[in-house]
Amino acid sequence: MKKELICIACPLGCRLTARWLNEETIDITGNKCPRGEEYGKEEVIDPKRVVTATVRLKSTSIKRLPVMTKGTVPKDKIAELLNRLYTIELSAPVLRGEVVMDMPDEGVQVLSSRTVRR
Amino acid sequence: MKTVSFDTLVIGGGASGMAAALAVAEEGWKVAIVEREESLGGILHQCIHNGFGLHYFKEELSGPEYAERFSEMVESSNISVYLNMTIMDIVKEGDGLTAFGLSMDPGMVRFKVRTVVFANGCRERNRGNIGIPGTRPSGVFTAGLAQRLVNLEGLVPGKECVIVGSGDIGLIMARRMSWIGAHVKAVVEIQPNPAGLTRNIVQCLNDFDIPLYLSHVVGNIKGKDRVEGVDVIPLENGIQQRDKMFSIDCDTLLLAVGLVPDNELARKIGVALNQETGGPVVDSTLMTGIEGVFACGNLLHVHDLVDFVTEESFRCGTFVSGFLKGKRPEKQYKTNPGKNVKYIVPNHYERIRENRFYMRTLIVKNNALLSVKVKGTEIYSKKLRHIQPSEMIQFSLTEEDFKLIKEEGPMEVSIE
Amino acid sequence: MKENIFDVAIIGGGVAGAAIARKLSSYDCTVSLLEKECDVSFGVSKANSGIIHGGFHHGPGYLKSRLEVQGNRMFDQLEEELHFPFKRCGIVVAAFSEEEMKTVQQLYRNGEANKIVGLELCNRARILELEPKLNRDVVGGLYAPAGGIIEPYRFVFSLVESAVKNGVQLRTEFEVVTAERTNGYYDIRSSTGDKILSKWVINAAGLFADRVSAVFKAEEFRIIPRKGEEFLLGRNCSSRPNHVIFPVPGAVSKGILVIPTVEGTTMIGPTAREQESKDDFSTTEENLNQVFSSARRLIPSLSQREIITSFAGLRPALKSGDFYIGISGKRPNFVQVAGIQSPGLTAVPAIAEYVKDLLKKDGLVLTEKIDYDPAIPDQPRIRYADNNEIDSLVKKNPAFGRVVCRCESVSEAEIVAAVRNGHTTLDGVKFYTRAQMGKCQGGFCTDRIVKIISRETGMDIVSITKRGRGTYLARNKIGDFEVKDENSIV
Repeated sequence: MKKELICIACPLGCRLTARWLNEETIDITGNKCPRGEEYGKEEVIDPKRVVTATVRLKSTSIKRLPVMTKGTVPKDKIAELLNRLYTIELSAPVLRGEVVMDMPDEGVQVLSSRTVRR
Repeated sequence: MKTVSFDTLVIGGGASGMAAALAVAEEGWKVAIVEREESLGGILHQCIHNGFGLHYFKEELSGPEYAERFSEMVESSNISVYLNMTIMDIVKEGDGLTAFGLSMDPGMVRFKVRTVVFANGCRERNRGNIGIPGTRPSGVFTAGLAQRLVNLEGLVPGKECVIVGSGDIGLIMARRMSWIGAHVKAVVEIQPNPAGLTRNIVQCLNDFDIPLYLSHVVGNIKGKDRVEGVDVIPLENGIQQRDKMFSIDCDTLLLAVGLVPDNELARKIGVALNQETGGPVVDSTLMTGIEGVFACGNLLHVHDLVDFVTEESFRCGTFVSGFLKGKRPEKQYKTNPGKNVKYIVPNHYERIRENRFYMRTLIVKNNALLSVKVKGTEIYSKKLRHIQPSEMIQFSLTEEDFKLIKEEGPMEVSIE
Repeated sequence: MKENIFDVAIIGGGVAGAAIARKLSSYDCTVSLLEKECDVSFGVSKANSGIIHGGFHHGPGYLKSRLEVQGNRMFDQLEEELHFPFKRCGIVVAAFSEEEMKTVQQLYRNGEANKIVGLELCNRARILELEPKLNRDVVGGLYAPAGGIIEPYRFVFSLVESAVKNGVQLRTEFEVVTAERTNGYYDIRSSTGDKILSKWVINAAGLFADRVSAVFKAEEFRIIPRKGEEFLLGRNCSSRPNHVIFPVPGAVSKGILVIPTVEGTTMIGPTAREQESKDDFSTTEENLNQVFSSARRLIPSLSQREIITSFAGLRPALKSGDFYIGISGKRPNFVQVAGIQSPGLTAVPAIAEYVKDLLKKDGLVLTEKIDYDPAIPDQPRIRYADNNEIDSLVKKNPAFGRVVCRCESVSEAEIVAAVRNGHTTLDGVKFYTRAQMGKCQGGFCTDRIVKIISRETGMDIVSITKRGRGTYLARNKIGDFEVKDENSIV
């Protein structure tokens, strides 16, 4: 099996090819530097993303609280995370950095990225 | 009418205005920020995605976080902040300036100031500016307006979406629309290369299998009441290939077709503008053609990263402080864009201190060479790994550098 | 049920219907104004050049010409009573050859025959003195100082506000689909099942006057939509002329004009192309280029860079080229007011008088209302006020201190006034206040405006539209749609 990728470790954007030599070993080609190899391996084995979204907020100043995951989240958990975030409603006050949702099984925490006093 | 006096009036309380005001206030001057919205932070509030602050804070922040860190600094300074206020007019009076700010409370306020900093950002180019033909249904949004409706109001502008423009704003909105359950059917880009960062192409388009049509334009908008679809036309050597036109059904069209400095007020008081940037022409201290009137941030020229806006605006604030102390540039020379250079800011330089330059190229190239010449002699060069029009290039020349440079005169900056 | 019985029903809330409604509101009779869209002026009247014509394009042989001349003279008083943006900036016709000068001389004779005051035949020096931005190749032309410009939708809004104030009942979203006559009344039904009864009916349905005439089994005729595309250039456009500039007219239309709008923008257009469809308002690139090359022949410095938007309107033309205003020969108590295209806007005050006389002749008893009040309040607008005036406005109503539309300087108080006057769509607010009409075209203020509409009307934001029906802005909220796993999207 093989997969085509674009490296995002730097603005050069090398076209990478990831090949599974066997169950465990992946070979990356097309990279111009070691960072490309590292990026390519992680992207095919365990792709992760930072997720940002908004959550409904009871407040006199703003309607939606911007939130961000603490660190990255496995790609295949993002949809579930978002759908859960869209069902909750918080109330002001909220502090920046406060945990607004926890998914302990996935090791995911979602933090407020804004302070709302009232 | 209420009258107040300040050394400096900063117009706009976004990233740029806050940094400029902080730098002026730091030197002990009396500073006011006038901000249209109800809180400081400007456009950062709607940019809820991450990627801000890597240069300045060495951390990856969201827009609201970046804004809040600065608004906390402003709050703990002695800067006077006027929220929910719009500057309606500025006039030159004696050796100072008088500005009129309008708010609900206390109404019209007259600001008597010695200096003004324009830091009121940019606005989006819209359908009229790029002249997309067709009907005029509901459902055509500029990307920034759509971003506001989504991130601040919690609305979903539409279910099936086409985006024009592959700059970072278009790409970020492609991901945002996908993350609120809408379907982005295509991103259409007139240029042969994507305008946004590779990282955003990967994470905002490829992650969602959104097709990117390079060298294509939306040539027609269809639908009577609401958008029903668009006609997409390929370009070959810049010419529309109408026989290869195809249609995409959609209910929403987002336009991410560029930003231009929001210079109406600056223009109204007679500030000369640069055709290429759309912002004011400035001297080596970021002062416009009108004495005591400065400009920075996206009002001066549109930046890629807020970190650069902050850096430039801090510098602008330092120059304003210098001006207030009576410092004036002694001997300035022009900075001229040469081969493959779209623009360079500021439009002048001085040899007696560090000069920092921001510029954009007209070409896409790996391993390019930037070259600065004075009177035909190269005084500086720099290797650039990768350049493209959407990525700002910067370099500095310090006082030390100038000690080694004999040639004096206008500099020409080119890229090969 | 009683409130649904009227002496007169006017079909069509465009400028003709509005002017007639206001005229009739000065008499003791009950009047209903029926409009199929969700607001008045949303048809032909919203998208046209806004010219108050100078009375020289046709001689007195045409009804439209007589009404144009008469209508033009009525605008000063109307402006005083109704406060819509109007300016007699004058019209200049520019000729570029001796051949064209011959046509100009004919226009001058038309004007003389129409007894127009102040009309002036100009040589090259005089025309360039009047309009220094004209192409230097100009050889002469005509100057009509009585010509002018207005904001057509504001004119309609003001007429309707005045009519409603004096007792006219306005019914929007009332599209007439059937009409039967029984016991001396027309029983008129709308597409949504609403019903009114009326003794007299006036067909002022613009593009759809032929369809309405057919519904009433009156005269058969055909309205031919003739599209006009227009381009709007921003404020502070350096090519903005002092007068409305006309080329020497051709056979079908008055040509591409350069118009200094009352509100400080510059408009060029319109094209003139007949089409079948009555709802195709699309614009094309070819026509943009054509409009620009024609306009540049008049003022060479015009630049496409200054365009802020474009739009198209449809003229409700008849084959005769003239207005068709008269008592129906086929149906009783039915008055036709059809084919009101250029110079319809100029002529409407006179058309209203003319229709009033027709109704009288047809037997409608018209006694003047004792308490008729022709004036409506003048809504303050911060862009017309100086800094001290704005300060005192804010002291009375703080909402004047919040600028909603920065490009056109529109305050929240003005948006609220629009909404309270019944303009509850984005376009309604736009035409009443100019918010969204400037350089950013609503990019900065659309979200602010929907929030004000929602607050003032109690409507949920998701039900707010651009101009009624299916023109919703954003129908859903976050959470309405499930986010699918990326890997499952194919």
